[in-house]
Amino acid sequence: MGTILQLDHVSYTADKSQILSDISFSVAEQEYLTISGPSGSGKSTLLRVISSLITQTSGTVNFKGKSSLDYDPTEYRRHVSYCFQQPQLFGNTVKDNLTFPFEIRNQPFDQKKATDSLQYVGLSAGDLDKNINALSGGEKQRVALIRNVLFPPDILLADEVTAGLDDTSKEIVHKLLKHLNQDRKMTLISVTHDDSEIRDAAKLYNIVAGKLEVPTNDQQQ
Amino acid sequence: MINSNNFILMGAMNTKNLQVSPFSLVLAASLVLVAVLISQWQKLGLTKDLLVAAIRAVIQLTIVGFILKYIFRINNAWLTGLMILFIIFNAAYNAHKRAAGIPKSFPISLIAIFTATILSLVILVVTGAVKFIPSQTIPITGMIAGQAMVADGLAYRSLNSSFHDRREQVLEKLALGANVKQASEGIIRDSIKNGMAPSIDSVKTMGIVNLPGMMSGLMFAGVDPLQAVEYQIMTVFMILATTSLSAFIAVYLAYKQFYNDRDQLVRD
Ligand SMILES: Nc1ncnc2c1ncn2[C@@H]1O[C@H](COP(=O)(O)OP(=O)(O)OP(=O)(O)O)[C@@H](O)[C@H]1O
Ligand SMILES: [Mg+2]
Repeated sequence: MGTILQLDHVSYTADKSQILSDISFSVAEQEYLTISGPSGSGKSTLLRVISSLITQTSGTVNFKGKSSLDYDPTEYRRHVSYCFQQPQLFGNTVKDNLTFPFEIRNQPFDQKKATDSLQYVGLSAGDLDKNINALSGGEKQRVALIRNVLFPPDILLADEVTAGLDDTSKEIVHKLLKHLNQDRKMTLISVTHDDSEIRDAAKLYNIVAGKLEVPTNDQQQ
Repeated sequence: MINSNNFILMGAMNTKNLQVSPFSLVLAASLVLVAVLISQWQKLGLTKDLLVAAIRAVIQLTIVGFILKYIFRINNAWLTGLMILFIIFNAAYNAHKRAAGIPKSFPISLIAIFTATILSLVILVVTGAVKFIPSQTIPITGMIAGQAMVADGLAYRSLNSSFHDRREQVLEKLALGANVKQASEGIIRDSIKNGMAPSIDSVKTMGIVNLPGMMSGLMFAGVDPLQAVEYQIMTVFMILATTSLSAFIAVYLAYKQFYNDRDQLVRD
């Protein structure tokens, strides 16, 4: 399987403080990479760099053999989609959020596609008109994830998407991520603190104080 | 219908009713003392500001009076045009100062205020509502450009606060693959609205709560109230057109300054 994403000596400095230092790794197509590490170590910053929401201070991010900086930013982010840590929902209703990916592509809203996705994550068609403030944290997180994958990206960057969720929501989200990875052939980079996710990780990296630590096998056990 | 022959804004007005002698002005200056006394008594710390403001007003207005007198008298189209540009330039500079650091806010304000002001002015002159003579075009330009300046200043403030408050949401929209325009849509709309809102409000209450300055001025100078109202109605149309156009242009040029060439949000 080919390499879809390659980072070479990526560093990021903001306000004179180095947040990421010399990070290099590559991700194969359809790989499921798990990243963990202490709070404030730079995990979210790394995902922002990969999704081109910020540009690395030095080093390169290559997507499909081409520097991320050589892509049109909007087009790039549709292929390398970042789901925020604690995402905010837009507008008033669940529907407002699910129409958004269609609107920005100037496509008519596909109700069936949206309800199918909702049902896949344990919500229903009736929830489309639900007010976003009436959703639980877990439900919000699921709606947010659907926003990212209604038009499947090549790479999904999931930033602590199960943090603070109850067990049911957590399980549903895990199932969705697995499904996207295995059935939809999506490459996944998932940042997490979740023990079971770390335990089950096919490949686990640690970020500590802005540096990448590739654990040895016995650490991974 | 507005009869432009009777449009006597500042030029050959009936001055019989208007005689302020220098002596009565000096007496009127004692009104400033009322403000100063309140400031002293209530320890507002505004005494110096008040005095400076009053003195500045006297000096500035006197200079403007002499300049306008000169311009009105020689009635030269080039000089009038230059004065119009000068007013627009000043309005743009003031709008720019209210932009709190939005890059390129001066050229943006200049484009917005110039376009809106000139368009309104051209329509007024072409329709014959206003004559292209300094005593009519200069005060009108001042009014239009002033309104545009206020609208743009408010629109900038709204852009700054909205991009700050909704930063996370904008970032998420970008991450979902929205372009900068799509990611800023709500902010653009609200900022144009906020720029226009005060002029719409003032127009709504016109004649009920406030007697607008132009109309008051005309009546002060002895013009028939109904005729003064005709001009005021014209001003209302002009204000609505100018503020909306100016705020629209300013916002559409300014929101892009919040992003860099990689479509990343750079200001908050
Ligand atoms: N724009 C910025 N300017 C300055 N410092 C920043 C900026 N963005 C992030 N940081 C700092 O960089 C560090 C890493 O932040 P980041 O959000 O990437 O950590 P994280 O590993 O995702 O933490 P958590 O597990 O709590 O989500 C933090 O100390 C943060 O304060
Ligand atoms: Mg984080």
